Amino acid sequence: MTDQPVSPATPKPDAPPPLDSEVAQLAAAEREIAVDVGDKLVEIQNLTVRFGGLTALDDVTFDIRRGEILGLIGPNGAGKTTCFNAMTGVYRPSSGGVLLEGEPIGRSKQHKITRRGIARTFQNVRLFGEMTALENVVVGLDARHKVGVWGSLFRTPRLYREEKNAIDRGMALLEFVGIADKAAVQASALPYGYQRRLEIARALATDPKLLCLDEPAAGFNPAEKEELMELIRTIRADGYTVLLIEHDMRLVMGVTDRIVVLEFGKKIADGLPKDIRNDPTVIAAYLGEED
Amino acid sequence: MSTGTPMGGASESQARADELVDEITKPSRLRGLSDWWNHLPRVGQWGFLLIAVAAAFALPLVNIPLVTTEPGNNWPLACAEMARYALVAIGLNVVVGQAGLLDLGYVGFFAVGAYVAALWTSPDSTMVHIPYLLTLPLAAMVTVVFGVLLGIPTLRLRGDYLAIVTLGFGEIIRLLATIIPALKGQVGFQQIGRPPGENADGNPVFANSEGAPWYWLTITVIIVVMIALGNLERSRVGRNWIALREDEDAAEIMGVPTFRYKLWAFGIGAALGGSAGAIAAGQIGFVNNQRFDVQMSIMFLVAVVLGGQGNKFGAIIGGALVAYIPLRFTAIAEYKYLIFGAVLVVLMIFRPQGLFGKRPHLLTFERRAHKRIANLADAPTSAPAAKEAGQ
Repeated sequence: MTDQPVSPATPKPDAPPPLDSEVAQLAAAEREIAVDVGDKLVEIQNLTVRFGGLTALDDVTFDIRRGEILGLIGPNGAGKTTCFNAMTGVYRPSSGGVLLEGEPIGRSKQHKITRRGIARTFQNVRLFGEMTALENVVVGLDARHKVGVWGSLFRTPRLYREEKNAIDRGMALLEFVGIADKAAVQASALPYGYQRRLEIARALATDPKLLCLDEPAAGFNPAEKEELMELIRTIRADGYTVLLIEHDMRLVMGVTDRIVVLEFGKKIADGLPKDIRNDPTVIAAYLGEED
Repeated sequence: MSTGTPMGGASESQARADELVDEITKPSRLRGLSDWWNHLPRVGQWGFLLIAVAAAFALPLVNIPLVTTEPGNNWPLACAEMARYALVAIGLNVVVGQAGLLDLGYVGFFAVGAYVAALWTSPDSTMVHIPYLLTLPLAAMVTVVFGVLLGIPTLRLRGDYLAIVTLGFGEIIRLLATIIPALKGQVGFQQIGRPPGENADGNPVFANSEGAPWYWLTITVIIVVMIALGNLERSRVGRNWIALREDEDAAEIMGVPTFRYKLWAFGIGAALGGSAGAIAAGQIGFVNNQRFDVQMSIMFLVAVVLGGQGNKFGAIIGGALVAYIPLRFTAIAEYKYLIFGAVLVVLMIFRPQGLFGKRPHLLTFERRAHKRIANLADAPTSAPAAKEAGQ
């Protein structure tokens, strides 16, 4: 291991016990760990998305700060996933926009947005089913690889370096999410919970600044939800910023630093979990208004 | 892995790695064969490949009763045709099998390649004449241009829509050959060039009636192509192709430049189809507009599906079978579309992944990865230990 890259980051003193810092360093060796926790990583400015006559997102503005876990909640159809899709380039905003580190995402292609540092998982698991777990993660790692068709064809030294690296880092990431022993199993043959974890590993493999999780706990039992919360905390402790869409209030309240609430495409609240919990507008949105 | 004898530890982890290989290849029903192959050491695999290549080279010389296509068809010529179909199937497999782009107009590229060979070597053509062997790379380059020109506007389409556009492309090429005066329609081009060399009796080595030299030329091309495609497959390129076949949207969001990699698949497929066309033109010695119809595209596609989409060895077998069966069983050759149609239906019911449905290897250091995983199973709690043992 002479060429083992040394991470610039020193392990944080408040890192929770399950974090294996060796694994984290290996998984994201070249990553710049955020220095200024708290500055604006993503700014969503007056974001409006319309589908024909339907306004899915109406003038939504909020920030995501570096190093936080931001919860995005709201009743069904409130526009949470639309917001995700607008941020990752799947939909074009009708007006307004998204800034990443002060630069507009604009009309960038989706794969370029990924390279700029926004990764996501899907509400319905969308793995590459024919590939093994490890290969799925390596596809994510490829987002940072430079070698192309010619380099692959003529087996350049860079290819060997990247491919070797990919196996080390891919295994480290699988270990990080706790499914390294299933690395050689086809993704479609994995149990559901493992598939969800693999999706997170694959998204982390693209070395994102912001990790967007779209209902990662859907279909989980309470014990699995507990494990997922632990994993999300570990990811944050490792220097990633997390945007979390989730229905399960216990999970959202338990893991997020701040919550943005959407209803019918509009932002109705933005604040700390304990404030959101007692916010009459939010309660009304979820439980219906009293007559 | 620091304790115990090195030999014991190595074989243990090897056994575990073998189990993992089993897990990967589980979906394949030809398990016995692929298991056996995956468990062979590298040297053994190369050894068997060498034997297979030697056997392939000897094929036109051994006229095995029952297998041979004679007396109906000359056996070496039949071999040449089988090899040609195999090359076409390998190329189409990149497009359809690996990248998942249904191309129903592949014969268009084959035709472009044949016409390139004709235009630059036939005395019927007014073009500059070049040595025949140079037309093979030239045909590949020209067809890549056609592939990219077709791909840029159409690869934004998906599935059925792409299939229809490519179907149209195949027909357009055929019609252009009829309409454009310089391409001479049905009259066509005769005396297309051949590689140099004469036998002792003064006849050219690569005579139109001599199948064996053409066959050897074709399988030499196939071997080079297989090595090149193998390199692409076990790298980012192969992974990106499979990823966009599996889920194009997810691939794009995971950072795969899907459009560029689709274009690469299309271009590489086109180049191989074009080379096969140029070889066919040289061997037959005659090109006109009559041979490049939709049925031929469909037969190419049958070869890929029969062999197993995504598996390049399967494509060779599929291509060879599609050429062989009508030549061997001349009595039923007229019904070949009916027969292959029925075969496909049966195949879709009992073996939808094709004869060789094994998934390709997608990592350059796959064995190393399996060793890592095996070591991990030995020492599940200690990541650094597994890391050391993996070196």
